[in-house]
Amino acid sequence: MSTALHNLVNQPYKHGFVTDIETEAVPKGLNEDVIRMISKKKEEPEWLLEFRLAAYRHWLTMEEPAWANVSYPRIDFQEIIYFAQPKPKKQLASMDEVDPELRRTFEKLGVPLHEQKLMTGVAVDVIFDSVSVTTTYKAKLAEIGIIFCSFSEAVHEYPELVKQYLGSVVPAGDNFYAALNSAVFTDGSFCFIPKGTQCPMDLSTYFRINTEGSGQFERTLIIAEEGSSVCYLEGCTAPQFDTNQLHAAVVELVALDNADIKYSTVQNWYAGDENGKGGIYNFVTKRGLCKGVNSKISWTQVETGSAITWKYPSCVLLGDNSTGEFYSVALTNHLQQADTGTKMIHVGKNTRSKIIAKGISAGRSSNSYRGLVKVGSRAAGARNYSQCDSMLIGDRCVANTFPTIDVQNTTATIEHEASTSKIGEDQMFFFAQRGIGSEEAISMIINGFCKDVFVHLPMEFAVEATKLLGLKLEGSVG
Amino acid sequence: MINKGSKVLLEVKNLRAEIARVAGVAGVAGIEILKGVNLTVRAGEVHAIMGINGSGKSTFSKVLAGHPDYAVTGGSAMFEGRDLFSLEPEERARAGLFLAFQYPVEIPGVSNSALLRLAYNTLQTERGLEELDPLEFDDLIQEKIKIVEMDPSFLGRSVNEGFSGGEKKRNEILQMAVLEPRLAILDETDSGLDIDALRIVAKGVNTLLTSDNAVVMVTHYQRLLNYIVPDYVHVMDGGRIVRTGGKELALELEARGYDWVRAAA
Repeated sequence: MSTALHNLVNQPYKHGFVTDIETEAVPKGLNEDVIRMISKKKEEPEWLLEFRLAAYRHWLTMEEPAWANVSYPRIDFQEIIYFAQPKPKKQLASMDEVDPELRRTFEKLGVPLHEQKLMTGVAVDVIFDSVSVTTTYKAKLAEIGIIFCSFSEAVHEYPELVKQYLGSVVPAGDNFYAALNSAVFTDGSFCFIPKGTQCPMDLSTYFRINTEGSGQFERTLIIAEEGSSVCYLEGCTAPQFDTNQLHAAVVELVALDNADIKYSTVQNWYAGDENGKGGIYNFVTKRGLCKGVNSKISWTQVETGSAITWKYPSCVLLGDNSTGEFYSVALTNHLQQADTGTKMIHVGKNTRSKIIAKGISAGRSSNSYRGLVKVGSRAAGARNYSQCDSMLIGDRCVANTFPTIDVQNTTATIEHEASTSKIGEDQMFFFAQRGIGSEEAISMIINGFCKDVFVHLPMEFAVEATKLLGLKLEGSVG
Repeated sequence: MINKGSKVLLEVKNLRAEIARVAGVAGVAGIEILKGVNLTVRAGEVHAIMGINGSGKSTFSKVLAGHPDYAVTGGSAMFEGRDLFSLEPEERARAGLFLAFQYPVEIPGVSNSALLRLAYNTLQTERGLEELDPLEFDDLIQEKIKIVEMDPSFLGRSVNEGFSGGEKKRNEILQMAVLEPRLAILDETDSGLDIDALRIVAKGVNTLLTSDNAVVMVTHYQRLLNYIVPDYVHVMDGGRIVRTGGKELALELEARGYDWVRAAA
């Protein structure tokens, strides 16, 4: 390996800094008192506290799932700080009052908070540790009836909507981490697109974990009413700590008749160092409900960070003629482990789903695709197409595919394709012999491999994802 | 086209090289393959290097291009006045050294035209020239594919994926046509070619030959030399060039085999 390449391998995670800001946290550990404290700090209504406590009591009866193809030391849930927030100096009246230190953090991360600077036309909600710091473009969106705000704000301003939809797609007791999230979730984004409205700009949430030892348990709820559409983007980073941090989010999407939700994620949580020390445990439940006829939910994810990823953005296709899509690139390097995929649950008639999953494994990492395509007895004419491709870089990594297909209706059509390939030294030498350096060669091969997914990302995300993959893989060949 | 007065492109002196490592094969590292190779190539010349399997001819071409499986243990190679072995493989390529591979690799997902354009523009940058945008490059490439009689549909396909043996070799010559190297080494480009493909490949190479560049062909067979006529024929054996002659040497080898040369050496 050339020196230049070697240096690039050891290129540090560039979002790994810690912001020196006073935070207010509840004591670590979890019990009903902590939950009451979180609920009280957030001045929540009684019904929400009850939702949390019920989830907590259910969680106590549950076992941590062990079926995923990942291994990690037992998590001590009493060692986690469940709530941390930047200490507010006073109530924020406008964006300009955001703590300058915090603002610098997001500027470093490339997230502009100043609306004036916001030339990209993306409305951003920013979650720092446990609370939403600011939501841009809110007023402008409100003019056409779109609600885009922090989850806490939604609880106060739109309690009926929250009450109606919270837990309607991912019930509080759905799984171990969803139950934990339901008990302790602190903030997140809320988005409501009224009937017949096409959201004129992309909505975006930027998540940042800052405090060491804190977990992040955000909750996102997106509701698209009849005939509406929205495109939602999510980005994530975290500082570099030697300890593992838990991120257990829940995202719920609801699409009513003829509604269309497109949800894109570029996940770059801190992945740990090259020896697997530190990094985020990303145990996330994301599910969309195509509740109405002709509705459509499309997930696109680029997963490059986290020490461990356990994530299956899914679609429940309840409405007749509804469509679910899942486009994924999951990249693991060093000692990262990813077990990710999707579930497409066909309930309604003539429901369609499409899965394109690309796994890239390098270093000593392990990368698994796990998917379920289920066609219920009423889902006449259901169709699914799945394609799962794995690429191996080097000979110490692992790629696995665990597809499950369960069909209970004979009129369904299911297609599944899979492939495995490898970036070999011969390919790298070929590029070199044509004058192309290894960075460009890898980026070209990877982009070629991922293009079926990248075309579904919004432009600026696609550019970022391309750069990110190149950066993550530099030096992993040769 | 022998021209004693023309410029020396490549001068290899007493080159020795051994196997550095081969992935998945134990116990081969340290085996010496090249045991003192001498070769001078001038602008405008065509050389053929012949020899039996294992004589070191393919290794010689890979060592010149900088393949990581081999380590140079002695001797020198100057390419247009530059020490070849001080350059990384991609720097050698940008300096104008081209290797047409014996077994061209497949690059799934990367289109032929994207690869060619990146390689071409990398060279343009190296030479201080403007990069071509996709439309300008398309004009260039449409001319170049005629040289190897290739259907334009090959440009949109992934590099070598699903290509026949002959198509892969033509694709190598297409890359040569686009990059216009000073020195092209064709490593058994004729192997696995039917007679039509051989004719097309040879025609392509002949079209690209000028008084400013040179070609070194590594081959087992005399057949290719009917189409691309060499100025020099070298016989390699045991990691050395043991005999050098004109094009008639190839005919003699065809008629008498290699043993008499090896015995004489």
